[in-house]
Amino acid sequence: MIAVYIIVGIVVVLAIVFIATYNRLVRLRNQVKNAWAQIDVQLKRRYDLIPNLVETAKGYMKHERETLEAVTKARNLAQQLASSGAGARAKAEGELSSALARLLAVVESYPDLKANQNFLALQEELTSTENKIGFSRQFYNDSVLRYNNQTQVFPSNMIANVTGFKASEFFEVTVAEERKAPTVSFT
Amino acid sequence: MWEQIRSNQIRSTILVVGMGLLLLLIGYLLGLYFFGSGIGGLIIAVVIWAVMSLVAFFRGDNILLALSRARKISRDDHPRLYNVVEEMKIASGLEKIPDIYIIDDPGLNAFATGRDPNRAAVAITSGLLQKLNRDELQGVIGHEMAHIKNRDVLLMAITAVLLGTIVILAWYATRILFFGGMAGGRRSSSSGGGSGQIIILVVAIVLMILAPIAAQLIYLAVSRKREYLADASSALYTRYPEGLASALEKLAASSSQLKSANKATAPMYIINPFRKKGMSASDLTSTHPPISERIRILRSMAGGASFADYDQAYRQVHRTGRQIVPASAMATGAAIGLRAAGPEAAEKEPDEIQRARETSDLLWRRSGYKTIACDCGAKLRVPPKFKASSIRCPHCGRINQA
Repeated sequence: MIAVYIIVGIVVVLAIVFIATYNRLVRLRNQVKNAWAQIDVQLKRRYDLIPNLVETAKGYMKHERETLEAVTKARNLAQQLASSGAGARAKAEGELSSALARLLAVVESYPDLKANQNFLALQEELTSTENKIGFSRQFYNDSVLRYNNQTQVFPSNMIANVTGFKASEFFEVTVAEERKAPTVSFT
Repeated sequence: MWEQIRSNQIRSTILVVGMGLLLLLIGYLLGLYFFGSGIGGLIIAVVIWAVMSLVAFFRGDNILLALSRARKISRDDHPRLYNVVEEMKIASGLEKIPDIYIIDDPGLNAFATGRDPNRAAVAITSGLLQKLNRDELQGVIGHEMAHIKNRDVLLMAITAVLLGTIVILAWYATRILFFGGMAGGRRSSSSGGGSGQIIILVVAIVLMILAPIAAQLIYLAVSRKREYLADASSALYTRYPEGLASALEKLAASSSQLKSANKATAPMYIINPFRKKGMSASDLTSTHPPISERIRILRSMAGGASFADYDQAYRQVHRTGRQIVPASAMATGAAIGLRAAGPEAAEKEPDEIQRARETSDLLWRRSGYKTIACDCGAKLRVPPKFKASSIRCPHCGRINQA
């Protein structure tokens, strides 16, 4: 009789551990998804801002056609890749970031443009959107780290394997210029 | 790392429970002494505490914002501030962006309020908005965001209410004891139990004196620890401790005190609004750690921006083995790199004069004034009562449409 109680007790404890771990995994995975959505919002915002910026800058920057075109091209490419995986997407977005940094660097030699209120507002939005992309990526990677840890450490890795929780991909920065801090130097 | 600091919550809970027990003990003793029944006193103490708690819980943030004469601003009022707050909201993983308030005051300070992360607000003074560049603003907002995220605001409200109740009870009890109780009355006429009464009296008097002090020390200890944690979190969110360090430096250097702060709201601010110049009070009676020390810790974070790095810097500055960040919060810490100064540190960002203009524009607008830019470069501030359709520029004489 006692043996039965002990077995029942063990089963109950195991079930509780299983449920708790499973729920924790679900929560972490949802957080990863949510964090990814956050990045997405900011990247979309950047797609929306760039045509306006290019349009405003065009009137002032007669000699920077290539720089402007590079930005537009990088933007369109990134938008096309928007539905692919984190790895490919990060690369395209990295290219876009560096094209934008080049554009904002040459802006310095156009004082008229820099005095344009519309441009200043756009620049503030763009700077902030770049920051937000950085911060949401930071939060996404932290969430992925915690989720992946949970799927790999014992004993929760057993539950993760059985119930099909797979490790997530980090949003790595692949472009060399982007890896260092987004510092633009003006001379 | 993000669902932070469980062991810290346990410690805070113990402190709060300790204060609660202190309150109950006072109530019990007072009841025993004045009414001859401990339970009566207990009930009175609990009722006072409950009423104050309910008020603080449901109206606390509004009361605090009203006391500091803060005004809510929207995105269009100051896009940069709004953006910085949104950036920090993303970095901290909060779900909802807090309301943003401006306090029209040249003093440099900021605070966060709200009983839960979804109902929070940050308030900063207009002086701060003028003086800080973007990186520094980020550091300060990151600090406030950490208070919201770690639910410090709620904890501080709970402890403040407990402290307030204890102080009130002790204050009235000592007055009654010394001025009313001496008349004799019920105590001398009550039958027997002489030595028991005296022991209760002695204990009660000692407690009346000690309890407010003890409660205050607990309150301050909780508050100081939370400041360190908020600094650590700010460094983690921004990956740039230098931003907060240099902001704190500016805050420390400013000599104007905040007009609208008072003793009760002091722990809410990022730096103690009542500090004297050059104060190095690393003592038990300060709500905040000394600023110079906080700056030193942040600047010592050479290796990275994680909690572990902050903790190491703290121990280095204090030459102690005691950890300031709970071990559980550091457990998952992979190495977290620092970032360099933002592009804003270069010339691109508006300089201090521009920021001052921006801020004063904002304040005029919040007071209902319209700003008209005349072609000659002058700015005309049109008061809300001005009804005419055009206005003459006093500088160049052009007629502008109002």
